[in-house]
Amino acid sequence: MNRLKLDRSLRRDYLTYAFVIVAYVILQVFSGTKGFSPTLRGQLVPICAYVVMAMSLNLTVGILGELSLGHAGFMSVGAFSGAIAAAALQNAVPSPGLRLAIALVIGAIFAGIVGTVISVPVLRLNGDYLAIVTLAFGQIIKSLIENLYVGVDAAGLHFSFLKPHITLAQGGRMILNGPMGIPNIGKISTFLAGFILIMLTLFIIFNLVRSRAGRAIMALRDNRIAAESVGINVTKYKMMAFVTSAALAGAAGALFALGQNTIVAAKFDFNTSILILVFVVLGGLGNMFGSIIAAAALTILPEALRGFADYRMLIYAVVLILVMLGTNSPQLKGLLKKLVPGKKGEEV
Amino acid sequence: MKKSVALLLAAALCLCLFVGCSGGGNSNTPATQAPDNGAAAAAPIKIGGIGPLTGGAAIYGTAAKNGATIAVEEINALGGLQFDLRYEDDAHDAEKSVNAYNTLKGWGMQIFLGSVTSTPCVATSVEANNDHIFLLTPSASSTDVLGGIANPLTGTVDIPRKDTVFQMCFVDPNQGSASAQYIADQKLGTKIAVIYKNDDVYSTGVYNSFAPKAQELGLDIVSTTTFTEDTKTDFSVQLNDAKSNGADLVFLPMYYDAAALILTQANAMGYAPKWFGIDGMDGILSVDGFNTALAEGVMLLTPFSADSSDAKTQSFVAKYQAAYGEVPNQFAADGYDCVYAIYNALTKAGVKDSSLSASELCDKLIAQFTTMTYDGITGTGMTWGADGAVTKSPKGMFIQNGVYVGMD
Amino acid sequence: MTFLTHLINGISLGSVYAIIALGYTMVYGIAKMLNFAHGDVIMVGAYVCFFAVSSYHLPPILGVVIAMLLCTALGMLIERLAYKPLRQAASLAVLITAIGVSYFLQNGAQLLWGSNNKMFPSIIPGDGISLFGGELHISAATLVTIAACLVIMLVLTWFTGNTRIGKAMRAVSEDKGAAQLMGINVNTTISVTFAIGSALAAVAGVLYMSSYPILVPTTGSMPGIKAFTAAVFGGIGSIPGALLGGILLGVIEIFAGAYISTQLANAIVFLVLIIVLLVKPTGLLGKQVREKV
Repeated sequence: MNRLKLDRSLRRDYLTYAFVIVAYVILQVFSGTKGFSPTLRGQLVPICAYVVMAMSLNLTVGILGELSLGHAGFMSVGAFSGAIAAAALQNAVPSPGLRLAIALVIGAIFAGIVGTVISVPVLRLNGDYLAIVTLAFGQIIKSLIENLYVGVDAAGLHFSFLKPHITLAQGGRMILNGPMGIPNIGKISTFLAGFILIMLTLFIIFNLVRSRAGRAIMALRDNRIAAESVGINVTKYKMMAFVTSAALAGAAGALFALGQNTIVAAKFDFNTSILILVFVVLGGLGNMFGSIIAAAALTILPEALRGFADYRMLIYAVVLILVMLGTNSPQLKGLLKKLVPGKKGEEV
Repeated sequence: MKKSVALLLAAALCLCLFVGCSGGGNSNTPATQAPDNGAAAAAPIKIGGIGPLTGGAAIYGTAAKNGATIAVEEINALGGLQFDLRYEDDAHDAEKSVNAYNTLKGWGMQIFLGSVTSTPCVATSVEANNDHIFLLTPSASSTDVLGGIANPLTGTVDIPRKDTVFQMCFVDPNQGSASAQYIADQKLGTKIAVIYKNDDVYSTGVYNSFAPKAQELGLDIVSTTTFTEDTKTDFSVQLNDAKSNGADLVFLPMYYDAAALILTQANAMGYAPKWFGIDGMDGILSVDGFNTALAEGVMLLTPFSADSSDAKTQSFVAKYQAAYGEVPNQFAADGYDCVYAIYNALTKAGVKDSSLSASELCDKLIAQFTTMTYDGITGTGMTWGADGAVTKSPKGMFIQNGVYVGMD
Repeated sequence: MTFLTHLINGISLGSVYAIIALGYTMVYGIAKMLNFAHGDVIMVGAYVCFFAVSSYHLPPILGVVIAMLLCTALGMLIERLAYKPLRQAASLAVLITAIGVSYFLQNGAQLLWGSNNKMFPSIIPGDGISLFGGELHISAATLVTIAACLVIMLVLTWFTGNTRIGKAMRAVSEDKGAAQLMGINVNTTISVTFAIGSALAAVAGVLYMSSYPILVPTTGSMPGIKAFTAAVFGGIGSIPGALLGGILLGVIEIFAGAYISTQLANAIVFLVLIIVLLVKPTGLLGKQVREKV
């Protein structure tokens, strides 16, 4: 029985990998053709970043079982540290691919460090109190970056906080201008890099979840007291999940930032955190495949609705409500089951 | 029983709708198609624009869109060169703005009116420059939109010039230094307080050039305080700081919604210094229900005022009010001027139809814009340099008995 | 004296947060859901009152009553259509639906009423009071808001403690299943909670607008977040806690701006919040719930 279950979850994992590879190949082939929508072509990299964001948040919300309302904060840390690193290394590392890889790693490391710091209060709290701390953290990160100025010249990076007091040597330039953000990011993120990051994220999350540590984390989610009583180290495993989630979000942030022309701190606000939470819940808690689909679909949807002009966002809201009702209301679910006899209920 | 409750709720909702419709503005968009008056049915040139039509900044995008729509209708009614205008929403977000840009490109846009707000336009101007599409933004005033302008803080040029990008509005640093110059020249005040919006590109950009210029001119800045989008409700700290430091003039580089709150709160605490604003302050008098007595004596530098006696302005204001039920603000005027400036340039370049590609039109427009002079409703004798910035003279205005009066 | 001025300004701002938090905590404590649409119901209430007073020239008090009635109807309608079908679903599903409702109300309001700023009329007469020869000033709106906060807090405390339906609410908040077994109609109780919460939102909207009178379709989103923060700060579900949390939030925000930096005021508010939660993990007045196996 146990063996069968393991096999089934493993099969699911392989199917998810296969789906991502097939989707990548199809999109890669078609994006070169003339009939491919330029809007969608421009969205490929952001979609990859949002997919990774959704999966990393799913690790916190779905696997660890804690509500986070500040996930965009980690994205922000990764985005700004990654973009600053890429700008500073422009001359030292001429290859854009390598520079992107370094930026992603730096984004992940910085977000991981911030995740470790924030996990101190997070580990002491539960439920909505934990949620409000993550929300608060997201707000604090936004305020701090809005007051941070970074310039670069031959001598290296120069930082200034609150006031833009930076003197740069000849040939230097400002990278981050406080509230004006980073105005000229050379786009170096590619769809291929996004695909690799998604695969890597899947690999990390699946290996974590299917390991001893992952089972311990899920045991914490299902019943913390029972898990504690059989000797599971709450602090260690909570932190493991939380910091991994933060680091992945940081990498996603760096990928996102380096696919944009400009980023500002205000972009990564409460609304962005909520948007990513919507992806996770819509896709199903703990369901990575669902997160991928939901993130991609909900990123494309507002663009696809442009034909409705003024009513666009209203229709988006209605679709969101209807989908939530359709997938979660017992009556509607029963109706759906009757209509589609072969469909089985979602499982985690 | 249940049915009657449902009916009651439905009735309440209907009442809700009724209250809204009768009281508020309507949102119908007039068709931009030309009346078929027998003129040659040349295919129209496709002009695209982007602005925040939803979300917190929707007021700016909607105004620019409406202004541009009126200009296109007027031009199409003349016969001859025809325009087809399409505006897309970006909700004041750079990522969505680039998506909207790509959508417009897919539609076949030939000339681009840019993004209305600064941060999104910084992003779309890069795309337009790469694609060699002419961009004339009504109101994205940051230097980062144009590129090639030195950062006032460090003197470094951080972004290379984007050759296809032009602005209809003043570039932020010019407003800041012009305001300092004006205050010093007219001896309006000696002790100056500044309140600016720290998470806003426009407000910070103006402040960053105002402060050094004021210092250079010997103006004494006694209080500098900020607010953000999340704290733009209560200004008591900022006002108390200005008051206790004895400021006799308060400089407000911000949009009029926050300024209206500041004036209201200063009045409540009995603080009455001189107020000095910039072009974002325009519109304060037309806020529904605003007590204009509070704005008495407010000074501002602005290129446009809806109360102007200029015939062109009056005709525009009348049309705007008829179509949208409100007084146009500066964004609407900028949108209107953008379309006319492009129309003039195209006419001068001898463009008669839409047969030229976006790239060819771009070359012709750049050549015209760097040499031509344009008279519009946001200024007369406007010229553009190769740097893309406009040269026009801001008018010093002050508010007297609820209307603008020229200061000189 | 400057200290006192800042304190009074902080209390003014805090009283506005508090009055929003009271309605928020009501729904939050009983239905156990984060109603992110609460801020937008506030916005609708403010618009209704605005049109009643400005366009139809009704007396302000009538405007407030109409706003309360319409918001109650709106709140019940939302509850019936969007939240009730999800009673058995995971709480996160309801949260996302609430976000959908919030988007819907914001965008609907923009289509109906336009995106232009409206200046809310000053409907609270009087100049307030001046102390120390005019050095300290408390506006009439602040006085009314604080009085309303206290009255609402006392009435709600009495209501939940002494009336039949109020007791039912507490029972539902404690344990839905057990409440149902005791013959309490959980659905009706939650609907009533929403009705009361929405009526309070209308009052909060009008008072919020009286102090900070710029009205746009997104007016409700920021106070919604602040009210949520205040409710958690004071302890989830605690009615006096919401009042205390709101006032403290306002005072901290003003002091942080006045004595440290206006640039960092918001960051400091949230930093204090984190520190308080570290010391008191269930908020200032929250109940310490012992976990049972």
